[in-house]
Amino acid sequence: MSAPSRHHILSVLVENRAGVLARVASLFARRGFNIYSLAVAPTEDERFSRITIVADVESATLEQIVKQLFKLIDVVKISELDPRTSVERELLLATVKAEPETRGQVVELVQIFEGKILAVGNNQLTVSLDGTPDKLDDFEELLRSYGIVELQRTGRVALPKLERESGRLRALKGKAS
Amino acid sequence: MLVDVPKDVLQSTMEWYWPDGVDLPGYKPTTKGHPRMIREAAKLILASEQPVIYAGGGILKARAADALRELAELTGIHVVTTLMARGAFPDTHPLCLGMPGMHGNATAVTTLQKADLLIALGSRFDDRVTGKVSTFAPDAKVIHVDIDPAEQGKVRRPDVPIVGDCRLVIEALVREIRHLQAGGATQADTGAWRSRISGWRELFPYSYDASEPGEALKPQFCLEVLRDSAPHGTILVSGVGQHQMWSSQYWRFDEPYTWVNSGGLGTMGFCVPAAIGAKVGRPDRTVWAVDGDGCFQMTAQELVTASTERIPIKVAILNNSYLGMVRQWQEMFYDERYSEVYLSPDLPDYVQWAEAMGCIGIRVESPEEVQPAIDKANEVDDRPVVVEFRVDAREKVFPMVPAGQSNDDIVLPDGQSKEFLR
Repeated sequence: MSAPSRHHILSVLVENRAGVLARVASLFARRGFNIYSLAVAPTEDERFSRITIVADVESATLEQIVKQLFKLIDVVKISELDPRTSVERELLLATVKAEPETRGQVVELVQIFEGKILAVGNNQLTVSLDGTPDKLDDFEELLRSYGIVELQRTGRVALPKLERESGRLRALKGKAS
Repeated sequence: MLVDVPKDVLQSTMEWYWPDGVDLPGYKPTTKGHPRMIREAAKLILASEQPVIYAGGGILKARAADALRELAELTGIHVVTTLMARGAFPDTHPLCLGMPGMHGNATAVTTLQKADLLIALGSRFDDRVTGKVSTFAPDAKVIHVDIDPAEQGKVRRPDVPIVGDCRLVIEALVREIRHLQAGGATQADTGAWRSRISGWRELFPYSYDASEPGEALKPQFCLEVLRDSAPHGTILVSGVGQHQMWSSQYWRFDEPYTWVNSGGLGTMGFCVPAAIGAKVGRPDRTVWAVDGDGCFQMTAQELVTASTERIPIKVAILNNSYLGMVRQWQEMFYDERYSEVYLSPDLPDYVQWAEAMGCIGIRVESPEEVQPAIDKANEVDDRPVVVEFRVDAREKVFPMVPAGQSNDDIVLPDGQSKEFLR
C-alpha cells in the first residue's frame, strides 16, 4: 500500500444517469492514475449520485484532475475531503478458514472488533465488519493468519465532520479566482 | 461532437415538443471576472514597463475584438495574435506584432520572451507558442484570463488568474484602469520598451529569397500576390502545414473571423470542406482556400459538393510535391533522411482533377503567370476555381523555434542575425 499522505479522497456529486461513472473513471485512466477505491451510491436527492474516489496522486496533479472533472457536464460539485476532518466508513466481508481448533479464536476476534458472523460452514466462517478503513486494515491483517479464502471491501464512503465543516472542508469547485 | 442516431429511431414517429427549459446542474461557468483579481491585474498593467498582450482564440470566441482594441489603445501595449487569434486585432494597427510561436515572427517571439508582464487573454500557453516552457518569458509576471478554470496554471502558473468571459473581463479591466487613472494613478514609462520593439520590427520582418528568373516559384511570393489581389473582406482558409504557416505569416488580417484554420487539432484535409462552409455562411465574401498538395488530396472530392451546390470557393494549391512540413523537419532535424514525404508533382493532375469535378482548373509554373491566374480566379463567381502553383520544394518556413527548444533559440531566415535581438 502507498504512503497514506498521497491518498486523496474526492467526493464527487454527479447527475444520476448512465455513463457518468465511465466518464469520471476514464479521466483518471487517461492520465494513468490508479483509482485506489471507488464507491457510488444515490444521495438524498434522486437526481444525483455521489462518487467517493480515493486516488493516489500528487496534490498538483490532483488540482488538474479536479478541474478537468469539473468540466464534465454531469459533474455538479467536487469536494476534497481531508481524512482528519471527515468521517469515513467502509464495509468488509471475508470468508475465513475456521477449523474446529481455531474457530473459537476467529469468533473471539470478530467479537473484539465488533464485527458480525454472517454464515457458518463446516470449517469456514463468513464475517463482516464496518468501520474506518484503518480498523478494517487491522482486522484483515489479523484474519490473514487463519487463512482468508475470499475477501471483499466496498471502498470508503465519507462525509465532512459536522463540527469543523465550515473551516476545513476544501470545496474545490473548479474556481481559481 | 458525434450524434449517433440508430435507424429504428429515424423511422419511428413521435410528438414534437419544445422543452420548457434546459437544466444542467453541472454547467455554471463563471463569466464575470473576480473584481479583486481585475483590480490586481489593472495595477500590474499600470506598473509594467515591458508589457505585452498575448491574445488567443478566446478573443474571437468571446466576441472581444473591440474590447481588446480598446485595452491596447488605452494602454499603448503591443498585441501578439496567436495562430487562432489572427484577425482578432488588425495587422495594420501600429500595436499589432502578429503571430508568435514556432513559426511566428522574431519580434512577436522576442517581445513575449523579454516582457515583464504577459497579459494572456483567451490563450492557453500552447507549446507552439511557449517553446520550452521552463525558458518561456522568464522575467514575466502573468495575468491569465480564461473562461476555463482548468487552463489556469495548467502550463504556466499565473500571478493573477481571472476566470471569466474574455469580453466581460477586458471591459472590466478597461473600466478599472480608467478608474485608477481618474484616481491619480499613472502608467509606468514604456517608452524604452516600445522603441526596442520598433527596432526589432525594422530588423526582423518575414523574409525569403526571391526566385531568380528561371527558378522555381516561391510559395511566399504566390501568397503576397494573392493577398494584394484579394477583394476586401476575403476569408482565408488553410489546411495544415507549411502553407498554413505562410498564410498566417504573409496575409494581412484586418478584421475578425476572416481566418479559418484548425489550429491545435492539426487536421490535414480541413481546408476544402472548411472553405465550403465559410462560403455558405458568408456568401457575400470571397473565400480563398490556400492548401498544400498533401492536404488537398485528402478531401478534394468535396469539390463535387461545391460544384453541385454552386458554392464558388477559390482554391490555391501550393504544390511542392512533398508533405512539406514533415520534409522540413526531416531535412533540419533528421539528417535529410526523407521518409514517406515525397508526393509526385504531376500526379494527380490537379487541373484535370478540378475540371473533372466541375471547377475551373489553372496551372501556374512561373512567376509571371501568378498575377493573371489570380486575377482570372477572382473574376469567376459561378463555380469553384482551383489554381495549382508549382512551387519550390526546398523552401522552408522561417523563423523557426525547433520543437522542445527555447524561444531564445529561434532560427532566423538567411540575412537576419540574432545578435540584434536584444
